[in-house]
Amino acid sequence: MTTTAPRGTGAVTPGNGNGGHPPRRATIAARTLRTDRWWLQPLLTVVALVAFIVYSTVRAFQNAYYFSEPYISPFYSPCITTACEGDTFPEWFTGPAWISPAIYILVVPLGFRLTCYYYRKAYYRSFWLSPPACAVAEPHRRYTGETRFPLIAQNVHRYFFYLGLLFNVVLTYDAVLAFRDETGAWGHMGLGTLVLLANAALLWLYSLSCHSCRHIVGGRLNSFSRHPLRYRFWTVVSRLNTRHMQFAWISLAGVAFADLYVLLLATGTISDLRFF
Amino acid sequence: MSYDATFRVWRGDAAGGDLQTFTVPVNEGEVVLDVVHRLQATQAGDLAVRWNCKAGKCGSCSAEVNGRPRLMCMTRMSTFGEDETVTITPLRTFPVVRDLVTDVSFNYDKAAQIPPFTPRARDADGNHRMQQVDVERPQEFRKCIECWLCQDTCHVIRDHEDNKRAFAGPRFLIRLAELDMHPLDVVDRKHAAQDEFGLGYCNITKCCSEVCPEGIHLTDNGIIPLKERVVDRRYDPLTWLGSKIGRRPRR
Repeated sequence: MTTTAPRGTGAVTPGNGNGGHPPRRATIAARTLRTDRWWLQPLLTVVALVAFIVYSTVRAFQNAYYFSEPYISPFYSPCITTACEGDTFPEWFTGPAWISPAIYILVVPLGFRLTCYYYRKAYYRSFWLSPPACAVAEPHRRYTGETRFPLIAQNVHRYFFYLGLLFNVVLTYDAVLAFRDETGAWGHMGLGTLVLLANAALLWLYSLSCHSCRHIVGGRLNSFSRHPLRYRFWTVVSRLNTRHMQFAWISLAGVAFADLYVLLLATGTISDLRFF
Repeated sequence: MSYDATFRVWRGDAAGGDLQTFTVPVNEGEVVLDVVHRLQATQAGDLAVRWNCKAGKCGSCSAEVNGRPRLMCMTRMSTFGEDETVTITPLRTFPVVRDLVTDVSFNYDKAAQIPPFTPRARDADGNHRMQQVDVERPQEFRKCIECWLCQDTCHVIRDHEDNKRAFAGPRFLIRLAELDMHPLDVVDRKHAAQDEFGLGYCNITKCCSEVCPEGIHLTDNGIIPLKERVVDRRYDPLTWLGSKIGRRPRR
């Protein structure tokens, strides 16, 4: 029979949830004991997001090569100043020539993605390391989460969602305008039309799978049985919502690709493949 | 097929401790808890470990296996290579009692602070009536076995002991969501969720969902919907206005 060696009483002060007692946790010095490559996912997120931010910033400030009849880059749509190339959207005002039309509008998609519940997870983990991965200690001494300014402003997500829907309508309209040829005649289609259509479709999927959308269409209800139509909407959005992360990434890549395609057309690097 | 595995097990108490290395036979089909029991039976008779059902339903054998919060009874040895060292430590968020046993009373204290289920008045015939479609959503959260793995992995209290005062942890945020979504409940818990239970501390990094052995989508189906409900009450002027002119329910 094994003899049990006395190693202290094992008694601890019960935690009462007020944080007043000393931690008395197991003394483990290692920041984490995980043996898998937990750092890979945040690293890939940083690489992908930084690449997009650099590309989109350059393109937004470039103020050129964003229109190639009949296509307009999603970075510049809706194009609302008199300096805009093309006629895809009513020109609302004349801004300083040195300010790119993209600067006026990009706050909407930027704000929508910045406050998105998925992207918050992604950048809190990968940029702010809070935490870098599950059960990996974060480097910060204090943590207040989204309880105070500026992060409490994440709660405006639903307003960016509403504005994002309006932008989706405009980008869908852009895709419809792409069923024209270089002279403006309707009933034509090229590879660029498909690119803009795919971009608009992906943005709709990303927007409609949003957590705020899920709440607005029916999630706020407590009695689905009294609102069968909204329950149906909620069920559909819930199904989309399970793939919100995938839609977030694919639509991000889609926007960049659509812009790149227009850039290559506008610079004459490639010519559009016309179907009819 | 049996083989000898190398285990590192944290041994000690609140006064101190360290990882001790053991070589233990492992048989085909075994889980980590089987090996810990063999270790206890053959080499370390005084090893303290909490366990009960061995079926992933009681939530007792929570520990950290190779740094990841897991139920030992649901962690198959076949997920590790035969030459891989398996490291087992107690839950790092809670005070250690001894070896792999921690004092999780923080959770019971928080549970006691949640305003209980408060149903509306019964119908005229004395019954409570609700449709299945109305309770399906909160029923997901009833699967919780209170293993406290979500509480353990949540960085808000894992990395910041002082936040335990203000933050209840993901398990109790979904309890609040469950009650708030319940078709019969009449208590508004949205302000309490934000002010008393620290909903705003959650930055939705989803570790709670990753470690849940019951596969509950704590973040997507519980915490985020609860955050959105709080936005309705506190940060959305249109919804606030709607509640004032009677176009939106007040609770």
